[in-house]
Amino acid sequence: MIRLVLPFHLRNLARVDGEVQLEVPGPATVGKVLDALEARYPALQGTIREHGTLKRRPFVRFFICQEDWSLEPPETALPAAVTSGAEPFLIVGAMAGG
Amino acid sequence: MSKVRVLVGTKKGAFILAADGKRRNWEISGPHFAGWEIYHLKGSAVDPNRLYASQSSGWFGQIIQRSDDGGRSWNTPGSSQDELKSHDGMPRGESNKFIYEGEAGTHKWYDGTQHPWEFKRVWHLEPSLSDPDTAYAGVEDAAIFKTTDGGRTWRELPGLRRAKGTLWQPGAGGMAVHTILLDPKNEQRLYVAISAGGCFRSDDGGKSWKPITRGLKSPYELPDPDAEVGHCVHRIALHPSRPDVLFMQKHWDVMRTDTAGEHWTEISGNLPSDFGFPIEVNFNEPETVYVVPITSDSLHYPPEGKLRVYRSRTGGNEWEPLAKGLPQKDCYVNVLRDAMSADQLDPGGIYFGTTGGQVYGSADGGNSWLAIVRDLPPVYSVEVQTLP
Repeated sequence: MIRLVLPFHLRNLARVDGEVQLEVPGPATVGKVLDALEARYPALQGTIREHGTLKRRPFVRFFICQEDWSLEPPETALPAAVTSGAEPFLIVGAMAGG
Repeated sequence: MSKVRVLVGTKKGAFILAADGKRRNWEISGPHFAGWEIYHLKGSAVDPNRLYASQSSGWFGQIIQRSDDGGRSWNTPGSSQDELKSHDGMPRGESNKFIYEGEAGTHKWYDGTQHPWEFKRVWHLEPSLSDPDTAYAGVEDAAIFKTTDGGRTWRELPGLRRAKGTLWQPGAGGMAVHTILLDPKNEQRLYVAISAGGCFRSDDGGKSWKPITRGLKSPYELPDPDAEVGHCVHRIALHPSRPDVLFMQKHWDVMRTDTAGEHWTEISGNLPSDFGFPIEVNFNEPETVYVVPITSDSLHYPPEGKLRVYRSRTGGNEWEPLAKGLPQKDCYVNVLRDAMSADQLDPGGIYFGTTGGQVYGSADGGNSWLAIVRDLPPVYSVEVQTLP
């Protein structure tokens, strides 16, 4: 079970409170987690990754085990601490004003 | 008694203002989609409870929202489990998928070089006059999209960008299709306006488009002041009884055509400034037009710090200031292009929102104004619905 933490606006859009828990088949990767998230909450499609290219949107960041995973390729396997549910996968809106 | 519902898009959410036909006492609901930029909301003329909203954010991109109960509840179309299914049986979240048809190509950039077309957001939503599931979206970078399934999916009408799109360029606010007008007497005829692309008409339901800019002059914005495309058209408006008559607020100049855009003539007349953004027509009087003069392209606030709507009852050229109830001292707000709308009651009501967060309404055609609400976030758009 993978624990996912969404930023405020995406929690509202997906209509969830708190963390999201996802079962991800096979070796879990960044890309597979996002696939599973968007399949469960289709309203999030296009908000984290662009439609078509599936490129991460520039103001969205991924934090895992206190490290920035934003630039990791989507096929990168997640650490055991995340796949075991001990640590969450954080999706974060980049810091900006306004 | 009839009612009115004013749909207000702001920098930090949407608000709905509702009143009975007297338009004195208002109920305000919101913010809907709190914290998101709401460029535009608009209701269907066929089913007034069907509303479409454009919600966007610099972080998370574009969202389309739809309400089927007049704004009490909202959904992203096609994303619930019992709605549209993709080939693998999962719901498809495609209501925010705006992909240009074919090779996206390039347009002119601020510095005169070519720049790739990139989708940024939906500026304007225009529901069909005959089918609540059909609507058009005007987007940045400038293009028009259409849905025929209530907003679940959108397809570009790429013929618009073939109308010399390589020569269009962004204005300071971006390069967007910000106005879409549908001809109520001819379903095949549509008009769009683009800053700084110009004004275009389609006579075949949006398949092909032609520039309609003859008579526009832009000596300070374009090397060729009579160019066919590139004029910074801020807004166009029509009255449903006479869809061949269009009124235009251009970057500079207020214009009019009586020939569906084949030729334009200037009607700025005695306005204190002919720079501005919105333009609107009174529902009961097709020759009564409203603008909000702004000092200049460098000073986006009203002349002399006095917020005045100007009204012409002669279809242009002769304008009178309307100031009763509006601040006449130290007022330095702007009124954006999509932020003025007229209701269909008699006497006709007119509404506008400011970048200072006020929404003003007049229930007597502009003779006097009331601040319906004063402290919203900067107002991007105002649309009014007249309800039975």
